[in-house]
Amino acid sequence: MFLLTFLSQFDGLTVIKAASSIGAGLAMISGIGCGIGQGFAGGKAADAVGLRPECLGLIIKTMLIGAATAQTCNIFGLIVALLLLFANPLLG
Amino acid sequence: MNGPEIYSTIFGFQLTETVVNTWIIMAIAFVIFYALTRNLKAEGRPGLAQSMGEMVVTTMDNLVGSSMGKDKMQFGAYMLSLMMFLIFCNISGFIGLRAPTADLNVTSTLAIMTFCMIHYSSIKANGIKRYAKEYIEPLPFLLPMNILEQFTLPLSMGFRVFGNLTGGVIIMGLVYGALSEAMYLGLIIPIPLHFYFDGFVAALQAFVFTMLTMVFISKGMDQ
Repeated sequence: MFLLTFLSQFDGLTVIKAASSIGAGLAMISGIGCGIGQGFAGGKAADAVGLRPECLGLIIKTMLIGAATAQTCNIFGLIVALLLLFANPLLG
Repeated sequence: MNGPEIYSTIFGFQLTETVVNTWIIMAIAFVIFYALTRNLKAEGRPGLAQSMGEMVVTTMDNLVGSSMGKDKMQFGAYMLSLMMFLIFCNISGFIGLRAPTADLNVTSTLAIMTFCMIHYSSIKANGIKRYAKEYIEPLPFLLPMNILEQFTLPLSMGFRVFGNLTGGVIIMGLVYGALSEAMYLGLIIPIPLHFYFDGFVAALQAFVFTMLTMVFISKGMDQ
């Protein structure tokens, strides 16, 4: 409640700009999931190479495809952050 | 602030930096691949150009054969063109151009082409009754989910390449802007960043896009 009385003394456009900046930072918390997923894929690939060292090429290809697919959710978060910073529809 | 710069407008179409850079990359690729296919020798010792060309085509044929199966080798030509186009477009940061694939229009075009190829080859190989039956496969009330899954595939493929390359463009712009006053640091620090963003990420995203295209086309044809 104190927050709302504090914010109501500013211009509406300024509050929207401030909230967009905070939202852009919060949108990049999705990097945690990306890091965990890609690290898990790398760990499983290391296990597989230790078990069957002659399949190195195929294991590396599979690991890279899995890691790039796990990175997709982080990219969606990056798109939201870029939209809020550079092409904000709320300020339009 | 970081979008492609618009040069002019012709007949309602915008002539942006993306279009001009694509023309430059097309000219470079045409010259390279034209020079690789002159004076081919079937016997005797082939020269350096012919050996390199044969190596590239053989690698791509092995990849298509192992991912899609030996009966679908006719896709090899399109897959090689797609991969070469993506690699040349993504690497153009080394030449000083803004990468054309850092524009959502280019990657969405490639994703829509993949979408059309998947459904066209699935209908041609299976007939329309078996193709339509696939949507009701486990349980009939999953029909909206199955339709939505077909649409999110090209969406995520287009956004993956666009997001990675635009992130690279923004970070390199910030680094160059921060080091614009320091003369010697500005020559040394961006070098490993260029190797990562314009070398590793570029090749990886091109490879992943092509592999996903191949896997989904073969999955659609094999049902």
